[in-house]
Amino acid sequence: MSASPATTGPVGLRTKPTGKRRSTNAPSPDLSHNIILYVEGVTKSFDGFKALNDLSIYIETGELRCIIGPNGAGKTTMMDVITGKTQPDTGSVWFGQTIDLLGLTEPEIAQAGIGRKFQKPTVFPEHSVFENLELAMACDKSVWKILFAKLNALQRERIDEVLGIIGLKDQRHAKAGALSHGQKQWLEIGMLLMQDPLVLLVDEPVAGMTPQETERTAELLVGLAGKHSVVVVEHDMNFVRSIARKVTVLHEGHVLAEGSMDEVQNDPQVKRVYLGE
Amino acid sequence: MKSQSLLLSALKADRGGQVLLGLLAIAAVAVPVFNLLVPEGSFFHLSTYTVTLFGKYLCYALLAIAVDLVWGYCGILSLGHTAFFALGGYAIGMYLMRQIGPRGVYGDPILPDFMVFLNWKELPWFWEGMNHFPVALLMVVLIPGLLALGFGWLAFRSRVTGVYLSIMTQALTFALLLAFFRNEMGFGGNNGLTDFKELLGFDLKTPGMRVALFLTTVSALAIGYIGCRYVIASRLGRVVQAVRDAEGRTRFIGYQVESYKLWIWVFSAMLAGIAGALYVPQVGIINPGEFAPINSIEVVIWVAVGGRGTLYGAVAGAVLVNYAKTWFTAAFPEIWLYALGALFVVATLFLPKGVVGLIPSRKEKLA
Repeated sequence: MSASPATTGPVGLRTKPTGKRRSTNAPSPDLSHNIILYVEGVTKSFDGFKALNDLSIYIETGELRCIIGPNGAGKTTMMDVITGKTQPDTGSVWFGQTIDLLGLTEPEIAQAGIGRKFQKPTVFPEHSVFENLELAMACDKSVWKILFAKLNALQRERIDEVLGIIGLKDQRHAKAGALSHGQKQWLEIGMLLMQDPLVLLVDEPVAGMTPQETERTAELLVGLAGKHSVVVVEHDMNFVRSIARKVTVLHEGHVLAEGSMDEVQNDPQVKRVYLGE
Repeated sequence: MKSQSLLLSALKADRGGQVLLGLLAIAAVAVPVFNLLVPEGSFFHLSTYTVTLFGKYLCYALLAIAVDLVWGYCGILSLGHTAFFALGGYAIGMYLMRQIGPRGVYGDPILPDFMVFLNWKELPWFWEGMNHFPVALLMVVLIPGLLALGFGWLAFRSRVTGVYLSIMTQALTFALLLAFFRNEMGFGGNNGLTDFKELLGFDLKTPGMRVALFLTTVSALAIGYIGCRYVIASRLGRVVQAVRDAEGRTRFIGYQVESYKLWIWVFSAMLAGIAGALYVPQVGIINPGEFAPINSIEVVIWVAVGGRGTLYGAVAGAVLVNYAKTWFTAAFPEIWLYALGALFVVATLFLPKGVVGLIPSRKEKLA
């Protein structure tokens, strides 16, 4: 299953120093080529239906990428492959120069620094907002360490800071299950922030949000880019236009076009399959 | 120091636990007084039979806590927990058998009666060392723990969950039932282990020893409860509850879900083993019937009736249902199983939080 190192592109300079140190014990990716995520030639079919068809996408360090495409274009499957939920039939996925994601499990990938926000907000409903953030926090997550883990002042400060960013300071002791839909979306973004990932995969972050909430989410995601690499899958075209620098259009599991919002909108192929013209 | 303060604050917030520990403390004083100091024939005298009966209930309560820990908090519905309970019981039973020594019916200084009866000439290897109390105690937790580790490692790694896992736990306990029925296994076949005489040199039949066993059970339940409360109050407790509510999500924030399930599963199996080890000297027998799948299902009913995911509810359920069972099987023996079934249906339909759910919590009172 694991991709051979002979794959073109990402391998090679393995001796370069690794990227910035993270607070977990996971290895840091080697970002020497300024590309943080390589998805190359990935194909995945379910019962003969090709959800991904020779898909290749490269995410640069610190960029904010929007991925759009009609239903069934393979957006969610792509995220499943990157986060280890689904193993592709062929192709390779590399995190930086040296980390082969196809050989890792979901928690290992998360610990390595790839965070994911789901389409349907999934928070832990029986835990308080504070506890949700605490659970997501980047730290050594082995069983015995967690049994005796205690929050230190720095970590408490960080949770407070994130509570401020996501605007849930007053709800810190509320059960997450009792939050409104939009608040849950925000809490999930907060959980992503607590993980302090290098790459954030964000699936439809503004679904069900009010215009004000959408605007704040846009500000937040734009603010995160640079420090983190952010990949956003979204249907809301206005939202995409407001944040996107580079847009990738997926169609039938393949990249149809890539470029600025204006470029892809004027692409004749995109017009045909996606904008329905 | 730090973990102590976590435990204290957890117990401070746990009203049900305070009540439980208070009741246990009262029982620890009252039962010996009314049994040993109040003269027989007095209205206030507590019979030794009742002391042992209470002791049995508390063993069941410890087993119920173990089941609640994995079911109520981690969402693993075990329908085979009495397997661990019975294995703990067998471990202590082997020690008690070795303590009989030459006083058995056949008078063999080493071999227990059933081995002489089967014409065995020497002790099977796994009976070696079981005449030492510390070894037996170690086996009480080690054997259930190792079985749980092996079973859990295979099941959780393959991501077997829900009803499939429950069925496998039933199969596990049923397989052990069949195995222990066989004489060749070397555990006394269908008669099991019985006719115990002494524990650590003390006659098991004396009222003083009965009270000592009762007090040991009370302490074990109290310590077991506090231990479980600590686990639940720790961040590990929050992680296993997260696994229960959204397993996939827990993986994506970086937790090895399998390791967490395995940890809580093995811990719970060891608790069940301890409960079994306390049970056997009090009832005086352990036989393969304890592995019967129906027993494990009954434990789940205790927890459901008492209140799942509270720990003290499991204790309440175990004591209430078993008290009802004692009464019913004496008064109307033929309808006990119907009553048990009805109890389960009523609890599921009308008391989703169990009996302890009827008591309004402090928060609700304020509101």
